[in-house]
Amino acid sequence: MSSSHHPHPSEVTPESLYLNRRAFIKRASVASIGGAMVAGGVWARQKDAPHVEGTSDDELTPWETVTGYNNFYEFGTGKSDPKKNAQDFRTDPWAIEVTGEVTEKRTFTFDELVDGLTVEERIYRMRCVEGWSMVIPWNGFPLKDLIERLGPTEDANYVEFTTLLDRQRMPGQNSPVLPWPYVEALRMDEAMHPLTILSTGVYGKKLPPQNGAPIRLVVPWKYGFKGAKSIVKIRFTKRQPRTTWNEAIPHEYGFYANVNPEVDHPRWSQATERRLGEFFRRDTLMFNGYDEVAPLYEGMDLSKNY
Amino acid sequence: MPITPPIPSAPRKKDWVPGAKVVVWLASLAPVLILGDRIFLFGQFTGGDFVDDPVELIQHWTGTASMIFLFLTLGMTPLRRLAGFNKAHRFRRLLGLFSFFYASLHVFSYFIFDQRMQLGPIAEDVIERNWILVGFLAWVLLIPLAVTSTTGWIRRMGGKRWNRLHKLIYPTGILVVLHFLWQTKLLESEPLIYTGILVALFGLRWWVRK
Repeated sequence: MSSSHHPHPSEVTPESLYLNRRAFIKRASVASIGGAMVAGGVWARQKDAPHVEGTSDDELTPWETVTGYNNFYEFGTGKSDPKKNAQDFRTDPWAIEVTGEVTEKRTFTFDELVDGLTVEERIYRMRCVEGWSMVIPWNGFPLKDLIERLGPTEDANYVEFTTLLDRQRMPGQNSPVLPWPYVEALRMDEAMHPLTILSTGVYGKKLPPQNGAPIRLVVPWKYGFKGAKSIVKIRFTKRQPRTTWNEAIPHEYGFYANVNPEVDHPRWSQATERRLGEFFRRDTLMFNGYDEVAPLYEGMDLSKNY
Repeated sequence: MPITPPIPSAPRKKDWVPGAKVVVWLASLAPVLILGDRIFLFGQFTGGDFVDDPVELIQHWTGTASMIFLFLTLGMTPLRRLAGFNKAHRFRRLLGLFSFFYASLHVFSYFIFDQRMQLGPIAEDVIERNWILVGFLAWVLLIPLAVTSTTGWIRRMGGKRWNRLHKLIYPTGILVVLHFLWQTKLLESEPLIYTGILVALFGLRWWVRK
């Protein structure tokens, strides 16, 4: 595994003003070279230029966007709804039930669950199935570390994550857009992969409610919807669990949901994506550029197991 | 009701229409100016939230502006007939051309930003996706209308043929609304409101003609 695949942590700067200025400079330069673009030269270059991973291409998405442009239907279906509707969402106290194929079934408080686990910073690309992407500096710990501590049984082939169900605190659940509660799951080898994390923070701060506080899943080589938010239950299972989007629209959203430019969504192409804040779409990379996970799927037909 | 070509202005009374046209023309540029401010100057003059996805905003605004100008164009004849505002038809060309202007910005922002001007993927998208196809057709239908909007073309074609050609605005209206209705993930209220407006405009014209 090459570390050059990931943006360097030193890029992290929480001050939103600074990022704003960077975004401004970027946009202003787009405006000023507008004339040159019309001349035509840029198209060719744009098309031919290889996307070098982990370099300046992966500038962090500004704090405003990371915390203000969210798909979290529990707080409404609009991109700015979660920020608006989640501000009073309290995550203390918070309980997480661990159950299923595990030696010790019990309910933990949030503090008990994360106690002793080392939180690190991970800068990951996040590719939404809708065709946009971000670069996010998460704070979290490898899911592997937690699973090893919980001790699943030999029959545990999958691990399932359930989001809080509370129509009072999550008003979006009053609307039947999805079968609530939200459930996502991973195969055990995916869950144990060192790239898979449970996140408790972003930009060095506690996870804001609209991003899935107090704890959420992040799987960077999969479409964003795999990242279950505000988790209240972790269940180890023998058989593949049902997952929410797959259950809602099975021919559009699969269980695996690996980022794959070759497999189109029935209604749109997945070959390109728009990095939020940028003007031109860029090519989407296989496994979102995290090639090291390819061995997990060896021998599988990814156009069938989408 | 046949569409009448613009009549030369009355010679005696002071004609206020040219002055009003300048005002309407400048006001019609407002969407571009507000977009520019929100995207490049962070809403310094016109406010609004931080723009996470400038291209999405550009496409939504130019698409909506084009549709509104199309509806305004369609509304001039009923306005003249029902409200007795006789000068209404003299704003029709101006409004129609702004509809084409915003439609072109809309279409080219898609060609340039989404497809990087690659003809293959554009063709594939237009053919494979119904909502893109109807939007593209709506823009294509507007092209001959914009081209023949000058007095010279009206003379060259003759009023009758010109009128027949410019009836293309009706199918264009339907295609535009379909484009909006089909692009949303779930059925949302905004496209339904615009569909209602189009139905009302068609109804008005039908009623006026009786």
